[in-house]
Amino acid sequence: MERVALTPEAEDLLRLLTDKHGPLMFHQSGGCCDGSSPMCYQRGEFRTGDSDVLLAELEVEGVKDPVGFWMSASQFAYWSHTHLTVDVVKGRGSGFSLDAPEGVRFLIRSRLMEE
Amino acid sequence: MSRYAAPGTEGALMTYQPRYDHWIGGTYVAPKQGGYFENPTPVNGQPFTEVARGTAEDVERAVDAAHEAAGAWGRTSPAERAQILNKIADRMEANLEELAVAETWENGKPIRECLAADLPLAIDHFRYFAGVIRAQEGSLSQIDEDTVAYHLHEPLGVVAQIIPWNFPLLMAVWKLAPALAAGNCVVLKPAEQTPVSIHYWMSLIADLLPPGVINIVNGFGAEAGKPLASNPRVAKIAFTGETTTGRLIMQYASENLKPVTLELGGKSPNIFFEDVSDDGDDFYDKALEGFTMFALNQGEVCTCPSRALIQRSHYRSFLDAGIERTEAIVQGHPLDTDTMVGAQASNDQLEKVLSYLDIGRQEGARVLSGGTRAELGGELEGGYYVRPTILEGGNQMRVFQEEIFGPVVSVTGFTDFDDAMEIANDTLYGLGAGVWTRNGTRAYRAGRAIQAGRVWTNCFHAYPAHAAFGGYKQSGIGRETHKMMLDHYQQTKNLLVSYSAQKLGLF
Repeated sequence: MERVALTPEAEDLLRLLTDKHGPLMFHQSGGCCDGSSPMCYQRGEFRTGDSDVLLAELEVEGVKDPVGFWMSASQFAYWSHTHLTVDVVKGRGSGFSLDAPEGVRFLIRSRLMEE
Repeated sequence: MSRYAAPGTEGALMTYQPRYDHWIGGTYVAPKQGGYFENPTPVNGQPFTEVARGTAEDVERAVDAAHEAAGAWGRTSPAERAQILNKIADRMEANLEELAVAETWENGKPIRECLAADLPLAIDHFRYFAGVIRAQEGSLSQIDEDTVAYHLHEPLGVVAQIIPWNFPLLMAVWKLAPALAAGNCVVLKPAEQTPVSIHYWMSLIADLLPPGVINIVNGFGAEAGKPLASNPRVAKIAFTGETTTGRLIMQYASENLKPVTLELGGKSPNIFFEDVSDDGDDFYDKALEGFTMFALNQGEVCTCPSRALIQRSHYRSFLDAGIERTEAIVQGHPLDTDTMVGAQASNDQLEKVLSYLDIGRQEGARVLSGGTRAELGGELEGGYYVRPTILEGGNQMRVFQEEIFGPVVSVTGFTDFDDAMEIANDTLYGLGAGVWTRNGTRAYRAGRAIQAGRVWTNCFHAYPAHAAFGGYKQSGIGRETHKMMLDHYQQTKNLLVSYSAQKLGLF
């Protein structure tokens, strides 16, 4: 069952960021300020553990390694009924995500999971 | 109504420089790699200055400067430091309107909030910590007749502070005032969405502090925030933001065995018991204002009362009155003194709020008011405005579980006390909460039952320096404000002293 998808713009940005930084990962944030944003890091930069869920290994054309999409299990309990699409908008998020210096921001768009 | 002139225009109280470098060692230092980024105002989306794009080299210079200053600053007497904090407060008070214009232009918030809340609170914060550091005492314990344990407070040294964009000056002051009072030097990184109002503040007070006591490095989190948070030469990291970055900062800090304080947000319930509606008096009016507080600062508050829980027995009448109060909100130019709701702080923030209005509708939430971007047109064309929005639904919906950080409240009903507590605590977070009732016993029991660091009782959105602020659950670690904050910026030195000439006799 697919839980996470990418828009073409998100795929373009992942190709650009992979060229600059190497293999990548997402960890979905919660809480204030830039919470609810998918944070993009070099793979392994953010240490996941038993408290996290891997929702997807996203394949991007032209990118060798799949991009893991992680979320804390406690947050997933409240998000599991929705399908997530990673999109890109202009902006300048804070946090340590690799997209911000490019003048754009990954953004989650959601829809209800189909039965 | 009066309108403050925008920075740099005719009649303006203040002007931003066209460019800001890093503030390191008491002077402006260009970024080593030479990069700058544009800083737009949320009022109309147009850039108004450019800012140094810091990297690890710049962070190292700032940490160097802080270490050079730390010895002498740490040895100043509490009286000297208190005097400086008081002078900073006086200087801010004398320039309150200028600072308010600077803050509004950078952040998009209505200037009346800057004038009435953000800046008076920031000023008072310096005065409060000037007071408590004078009054702070160590302790001694008499271990036996000839042995005494002295407990002394010592500064940590050089600390890192990463500031959010929702209250750029006030949140910086919440961290700076206790750190400076305790005798620390600071390397501060403002948010990249609001990187320069702190520089304007520094231009007003720079002569009051020795060089290197406060250093400001701008830049992106990935490029400047990470080398600061992972720096082995900072003694502590303080961060306000969200959970993923909070975890990453803890991870970096663990590599260096450094302490952190984290404030990571919430999804604060605001609970209205039925007796609120027993009378249509001043208290009822105050409670309706309390309901409408979700729109304060465009909802960009970690403790935004973004879940309103209303007892079923007065649900419809109270909610109708809340809708009416919300629809009386004046949204407009943030520099107008009548404006109550201004612009979201950035385009990505605007987009995120709209994405939540979308999923809220998909999950079946009813839009009772607002629900769209506000196209204000004219000179506000291109700004990031959202209409104050009331959604009605259930606590399992994502709009009830995630911090939207917009002027959006999600409303649901409850049957009785236990139901209210269950809904209130059904959240990952525990930063703030509101309880409204005329019954003191109920208020107390609710306040104790809610798992949150602050329970506003018959009030909301008050942030006095003399009350502790911080989160339970996933809302963070540590506290801000209140004198207990000094503990987060001090080491305890124990001198265990024997006044006896007699050996133990073991060797």
